[in-house]
Amino acid sequence: MTDALKLTELSKSFPVGKPLFGKPKAIVRAVRPVSLRVETGETLGIVGESGCGKSTLARMLVGLLPASTGSIEIEGEAQDTTDPAAFGRRIQYVFQDPISSLNPRKTIRQIIEAPLKLLHGMGRAERDTRLREILAAVNLREDFLTRYPHEFSGGQAQRIGIARALAANARILILDEPVSALDVSVQAQVLNLLADLKAELGLTYLFISHDLAVVEAVSDRVAVLYFGAVVEIGRAGDIFRQPRHPYTRLLADSAPVVGRPLRPPEGRETELPDPLNPPPGCSFAARCPYATDLCRTTEPPLTPMGETQLAACHHPITR
Amino acid sequence: MRLFAGLLARNRLALVGAVVLAAVAVLALLVPVLPVRAPNVTDTAARYLRPLSEGHLLGTDHLGRDLLSRLLWGTRLSLAVGFAAAVIAAVIGAALGIVAGYFGGRTDNLIMRGVDMLMAFPYILLALAIVAALGPGLLNALIAVAAVNVPFFARNIRGITVGIANREFVDAARLAGMGHWRIIWSEILPNVVPVIVIAMSTTIGWMILETAGLSFLGLGSQPPQADLGSMLGEARAALITAPHTSVVPGVMILIIVMSINLLGDGVRDALDPRLRSGALSRPMAATRVARDTVPEPQGDGILTLQALETQFHVGGRVYRAVNKVSLSVHPGECLGIIGESGSGKSVTALSVMGLVASPPGVITGGAARYRGDDLIGAPYETLRSLRGDRIAYIFQDPLATLHPLYRVGDQLAEAIRVHHPLGRAEAWARAVALLHSVRIPNPESRAKAYPHEMSGGMRQRVGIAMALANDPDVIIADEPTTALDVTVQAQILSLLDELRRARGLAIIFITHDFGVVAQLCDRVAVMYAGRIVEEGPTGVLLESPAHPYTRRLIDCVPELGAGRRRLAAIPGLPPAVDQLPPGCAFAPRCGRKQPACEAGEIGLEGSGARRVRCLYPEVEEP
Amino acid sequence: MGAYILRRLISAIPVLLGITVIVFAIMEMIPGDPATAILGSYATPENVEKLNRELGLDKPAVQRYFIWLGNMLTGDFGQSYALNRPVLDEVLERFGATLILAGVAFVLCSGLGVLAGVVSAARQYGPADRAITFVVLLGISIPSFFLGMMMILLFAVKLRWLPVSGMYAIYGGGDLQDLLRHLVMPASALAVVATGVIARLSRGAMLEVLRQDFIRTARAKGVPERRVIQGHALRAAMVGIIPVLGIQAGFVLSGAVYIEMVFQWPGVGRMLVDAILKRDILLVQGGVVFVAACYVLFNIVVDVAQSLLDPRIKT
Repeated sequence: MTDALKLTELSKSFPVGKPLFGKPKAIVRAVRPVSLRVETGETLGIVGESGCGKSTLARMLVGLLPASTGSIEIEGEAQDTTDPAAFGRRIQYVFQDPISSLNPRKTIRQIIEAPLKLLHGMGRAERDTRLREILAAVNLREDFLTRYPHEFSGGQAQRIGIARALAANARILILDEPVSALDVSVQAQVLNLLADLKAELGLTYLFISHDLAVVEAVSDRVAVLYFGAVVEIGRAGDIFRQPRHPYTRLLADSAPVVGRPLRPPEGRETELPDPLNPPPGCSFAARCPYATDLCRTTEPPLTPMGETQLAACHHPITR
Repeated sequence: MRLFAGLLARNRLALVGAVVLAAVAVLALLVPVLPVRAPNVTDTAARYLRPLSEGHLLGTDHLGRDLLSRLLWGTRLSLAVGFAAAVIAAVIGAALGIVAGYFGGRTDNLIMRGVDMLMAFPYILLALAIVAALGPGLLNALIAVAAVNVPFFARNIRGITVGIANREFVDAARLAGMGHWRIIWSEILPNVVPVIVIAMSTTIGWMILETAGLSFLGLGSQPPQADLGSMLGEARAALITAPHTSVVPGVMILIIVMSINLLGDGVRDALDPRLRSGALSRPMAATRVARDTVPEPQGDGILTLQALETQFHVGGRVYRAVNKVSLSVHPGECLGIIGESGSGKSVTALSVMGLVASPPGVITGGAARYRGDDLIGAPYETLRSLRGDRIAYIFQDPLATLHPLYRVGDQLAEAIRVHHPLGRAEAWARAVALLHSVRIPNPESRAKAYPHEMSGGMRQRVGIAMALANDPDVIIADEPTTALDVTVQAQILSLLDELRRARGLAIIFITHDFGVVAQLCDRVAVMYAGRIVEEGPTGVLLESPAHPYTRRLIDCVPELGAGRRRLAAIPGLPPAVDQLPPGCAFAPRCGRKQPACEAGEIGLEGSGARRVRCLYPEVEEP
Repeated sequence: MGAYILRRLISAIPVLLGITVIVFAIMEMIPGDPATAILGSYATPENVEKLNRELGLDKPAVQRYFIWLGNMLTGDFGQSYALNRPVLDEVLERFGATLILAGVAFVLCSGLGVLAGVVSAARQYGPADRAITFVVLLGISIPSFFLGMMMILLFAVKLRWLPVSGMYAIYGGGDLQDLLRHLVMPASALAVVATGVIARLSRGAMLEVLRQDFIRTARAKGVPERRVIQGHALRAAMVGIIPVLGIQAGFVLSGAVYIEMVFQWPGVGRMLVDAILKRDILLVQGGVVFVAACYVLFNIVVDVAQSLLDPRIKT
């Protein structure tokens, strides 16, 4: 069985304060070298807080951002181009803000038709048939086609965004916080729709979110990102129950859960390190209750812990 | 388009402008066929005839030429030149701006440096230099005026384009297989055109003035041909002896430019969506109150809301954001208000101290009593003296809610000084102590920081410190952790919990997160479509929700640790609060609906702390 | 802060060079040659050629640009043929007069404009707002030179309150009071348009700011409304207003050209127009470069003011 998606040492750095000519003042490493595989038909969840590089990673995977180093293999084929259209037939993107991801001056038909026309060169009749199929798949009425985005609620707009991604006929969808702009009652509708589509069409998902509970509910495996690097990866059912990396545990303990009393989380009251001046060694060391001198000097590699779990930690939690 | 025409027609001044401009334009177009004298025929015997002379309605000029005829021909010329200059400047400027804004990087840098260079000239110097080089003449004046306005358009349109190019639908278009030029044509341009039209409509008047100015200086149209500017220029010599020769063309310029400006303002108002929603009207110091009756005082809470009603009046529509909400909170108690967006929870909170933006907000009924005294409709000074002193707020997004230009220490000190006669140094020391109490490391140096220099979590600590500044009795926290990451949220929540226990604060905590409510609140009220649908002690309510909405909402929320699963969803959407159904607002989405649910008003019934607004509750004895 | 000012000054150098390139390039487009203009159309070809050589006009354009630039850097802007005196002397003398006129107008329009905008926003849709809006509309719709002419008719000819034109009275004038009497009309005519623009913009900026969340925070703290408007809101609005003041300074300077014509004010604008009509190229070049350079420096002052106000600007 081939992997749907395979990233090898993929990374992204941004220059800061670049003058017209010459060298930039500093380099920010938004994503440190990441290697990941996503199996066909799998949902890989990616969690992390703001600034952890999850959206940058996602945008590299669809060719919207050129990677600084590393390679991407999609369905067994290396992607050596940065042309989003070449990616578009294989991998598509569903955006966080459903309203902002739809051009306010185009009808829904124009929006969903674009990939049919441009990526697959379909004729008019063929397009009409396909449009109907896609709308039915996302539970939208056909008379929506002639309307404009501002006439829709967030949940409906997000379905339209999903329909556009389906129209490209890609087998892999990157879902970048697809429900975080929606209210909980609507969020569940969209999550269930995504689950149905996946089962029907055999899709592969990369599901990015800051909400641990949502990620756990939809994913097979979960990768935890911190400061641009994967710190832990493992099966969705295990990773938050038995975290190995102290950051994963901090995340799991911080999530407000009904029935769990409020207690100050273990982490010290500090926040992310300065990206312009990253610490040597483990980037979590400053917040970590178990940090030693080793952590502050040497960056820990991602190493297997248990059967399916990997964590990047010198002093993993064993329990 | 029809909407646009309608909006324009509703703006009376713009309509006047449009009518006047149309009349002038029609006259100018028709001059060749109108029965007026030839504009350039001189008659030295009839020099400087006054207006209303025989055969010369507006008199004659220094060469005895008919002023009316010259005025009409001049108007024709001025309008044509001004309009042409505007179109040329807009097209070239917009093209540069779009290319710079869309491609960014080096392209952007080079184009904008060039534009900055042109803008480094006071515009007339550039225009004069161009005219000096090309020689005086109307066409050259047109080129000069267009050229000096290109940078204005380029800069303006670039800014807009950058904003659009970063929107997600542009990324989506690239993934749909569109190339750069197709994206510019079909995704960017349609969104930029309204801005170009606005910029044109507001600058075309300027362009007419500028070309008239160059002609006035003798650098534009050359004799015997005359536009309005050169008519004025020629008349200047006889200003004192024959003022009418100056007044006639001058007033015409004034009429044209003024009508264009009126129309331009109308166009801008009609095209700018922010104005359409009334967003640019100034919110008053306190929310407008228009209520008929005041409820009798009731209850013993330190803060009690009685049947509070807040509405938004937009156009002819009435949005019932808060619909007869009654609540009360006691010292040391934390009351949670939970609901989805649009449920009215924030508006309820803001109504208490009259902080709902007004217009369009109006408090139309009920009362909010602090220690028994009604705050709704209280004199401004009473309200002000309580704001931040006895009842304080913590808002959602601490970057937007702190003043960006003041040091956080100054903002804290101000919060104290507006209520207590403290010296600067003393207030500053108090501010530092407050920062310390919300556990900000190095409070002395952090007090000197500006909000943008702090992280989101630190900023929210400042927000909390500000609420604590005067040791208030009640704190109203409006989604204070929603914009924060979970690990930071946990820190802030435990800080709030600790503070309220230590100080005996009453807190009203507004959120959409059941987990947060469960951890922090003693009691909770659930809101739906502007009303409270259920209320009770947190544990009981979450354990056995009585209202079907509460029950199903709780089921929607995935909970950490439950593993991979299908979520329960509520079909449909909450109703718009400007067209609420009779009876229960949740009925259309409810699985337990009976005919009686949609028949009429349903009361919030129950005993003690537990109340529910449902005819067929999930549990028998709530 | 000192380092920031220095950086801004250094970054102005390419802009100033760019200005000289643009001015030089525009002047290169002039058909015919200055020698013919100087000697008149009856000059013999030999004389024209001789003068061209004397003026260095037979050299390639790039070389001539650098010679011109080098001379300017040493303070030699060349000789005005029409006035037969050094360009720099003439420009400096005339620029002083313009500076008095434009400076006073600028101070007037900045102060009045911001004040009117704030009042208008604070009393939105009230009678004061409507009155100000109308006056502002009138102001931005009237050509300043026409307004100036009408003022002459009313205040100088009809009411005889003020002198018709000029900078000083021909007989017995010359003191400050005399200057002020001559200054009233041109300065106010010049200020009217810019006041309108600034008032409009200030009103918009204030309304925008008054909607912001931090204004609600100030009110929630119990800050008195007066102080919310004059402190919190105005300060934030100034961030949007100050750059416009910089741009308006350019408009005031531009408008000064017309006003100087109407009121016979001996400023640099009138000098330029005369020079263009007489094809006195060196005077045009020198005048434009000098005034533009002053404007660039003024805008650095504006930038520095902005950075003092807004801590978010990296200094």
